Amino acid sequence: MRKGALRQILLITDGCSNHGEDPIAMAALAREQGITVNVIGVLDQDTIDENGLREIEGIAMSGGGVSQVVYAKQLSQTVQMVTRKAMTQTLQGVVNRELKQILGSDVSLEDLPPEKRGEVMEVVDELGETVELEVLILIDTSGSMKTKLPTVKEALFDLSLSLNARIGDNRFAVFVFPGKHSDVEKVLDWTPKLEALSTIFPKLTSGGLTPTGPALREAMTYFNQKRSLRRLISGDESYFEESSM
Amino acid sequence: MMNHTLKNHLCNLRAGTVITGKWHKHGYKIIKRLGKGANGVVYLAESTKELVALKLSDNSTAITSEVNVLRRFSKVQGVALGPSLLDVDDWRDPYTNQVIPFYVMEYIKGDEFFTFIRKRGKEWIVILVLQLLSALEKLHKEGWVFGDLKPENLLVAGPAPTIRLLDVGGTTLQGRAIKEFTEFYDRGYWGIGSRKAEPSYDLFAVAMIMIHACYPTRFEKKGDGRRQLMSMIQADATLRKYQSVLIKAINGEYKQVAEMKRDLIAAIHHDSYMPRQKTNERTRTAGRHKKRKKRSGLVETTMIVMALLFIYVLYIYGKVLQ
Ligand SMILES: Nc1ncnc2c1ncn2[C@@H]1O[C@H](COP(=O)(O)OP(=O)(O)OP(=O)(O)O)[C@@H](O)[C@H]1O
Repeated sequence: MRKGALRQILLITDGCSNHGEDPIAMAALAREQGITVNVIGVLDQDTIDENGLREIEGIAMSGGGVSQVVYAKQLSQTVQMVTRKAMTQTLQGVVNRELKQILGSDVSLEDLPPEKRGEVMEVVDELGETVELEVLILIDTSGSMKTKLPTVKEALFDLSLSLNARIGDNRFAVFVFPGKHSDVEKVLDWTPKLEALSTIFPKLTSGGLTPTGPALREAMTYFNQKRSLRRLISGDESYFEESSM
Repeated sequence: MMNHTLKNHLCNLRAGTVITGKWHKHGYKIIKRLGKGANGVVYLAESTKELVALKLSDNSTAITSEVNVLRRFSKVQGVALGPSLLDVDDWRDPYTNQVIPFYVMEYIKGDEFFTFIRKRGKEWIVILVLQLLSALEKLHKEGWVFGDLKPENLLVAGPAPTIRLLDVGGTTLQGRAIKEFTEFYDRGYWGIGSRKAEPSYDLFAVAMIMIHACYPTRFEKKGDGRRQLMSMIQADATLRKYQSVLIKAINGEYKQVAEMKRDLIAAIHHDSYMPRQKTNERTRTAGRHKKRKKRSGLVETTMIVMALLFIYVLYIYGKVLQ
């Protein structure tokens, strides 16, 4: 009688990738495996360039997630909002699919009269509060991101504060890219407490390349390993939908 | 703070545009825009009967959640916690042919909290806060926490100034995680507590509203949040009067609204009857004075009531004679 977990990748970056696979393709791949990809673009005073912006939106769109571009200062509030919104979106998707099974193929939430919609929403709310959540945080530490890392850290503590107020369990893992020896490096293994991050973060050095695509590909496999380890249901989207009966 | 995905033209509907619901077929004529928030846009509009506030959003999820809360509130008997809900429907937007969900609520005419204080004076702060506490008390009793409590969500309606809560989007069942919040009023941001929906979460925000009312320019957290707030309370003459209440609210020591309300009332009376004294002396004697004050307050009230009754009787008598 266990529920599956919602799985998200939260990518925090300030610009365009310049190395390895196309991150938009990698996000699409993640989605196929039931992992939502959210992206937060962090700005200084200057605005982000057109290409960076397009990539950020593209990754979130093909990753079935939410994207948001913000100034470093607003990061805390944004990180938790984006994560929440993506959760609701995913759960709504799940509930909508169930609805279609019950009501027939062409029915979506919007086709229900407003009165009925409320009841569906309550189910989504309930799920959002109780579902198990796994968030893999993927942080770009190349070049100009370096100065923003203290703010990123704060924002992640804040995220853990928000999510740990839920009834459901959370697990977080943190990866940075580029890593010292490879495209991506794990700095924090799955844990319910992001606070453990404070000791590891200062050690980071930042390099020149921005291998966003390879980093996403790596991140996905990390979920997969875990999944088979924990012997949760395999197969496409059923990671969450499954199980409880 | 968030980017608005809401279509630009939905935020700029022309006066005279009629929004007709696809399900219930009621029509609403737009008069002007009242405000725009993260989750949608609110217009003043006219139904066949009255002026109403109409909220449109292409975020169906947000609209549905808010409607759920408003519905609940309308079941709380006799008290107006939020604007009352009048209609929920979808509108087929003729420009894009998209279906836009909307809901219609009671139009609350009034000033925003800080605007009202600026116009009418600082002595209103505690009075409005007391009213706010009473509303919160009812809300908490129903098992909810307001969550996104901030002055922008408080309107003071007339003619007898009465505080009303707007924007119920953050209202959360107790024991769950706060759904929506604004950093400045959030105890999590200040490093002073969790984001669990419990009555003390709202009471922290109430304390922050009082502090903000005395420091009109918004400030940010620097270092130790608790210490910073404490020294700001000390540094302001108005806040100093209520410091013991504020400190307890900030530290999450009030588990129920009633406790904070009681202490605040005591502090108000204490302050207006007592000559200025050193703080430590004041707190030591506070208990005794409180009681005495209450009794003399009672006598006063009785006399006023008697006088009013007398006038009223005279008035009725006059009417009858006519
Ligand atoms: N019932 C009402 N009566 C009068 N004015 C209203 C009413 N409802 C909303 N408003 C006005 O519209 C503004 C925006 O509404 P509201 O706060 O509900 O939007 P929102 O999208 O939820 O905003 P937020 O960013 O605060 O979440 C309010 O600040 C207020 O000025």
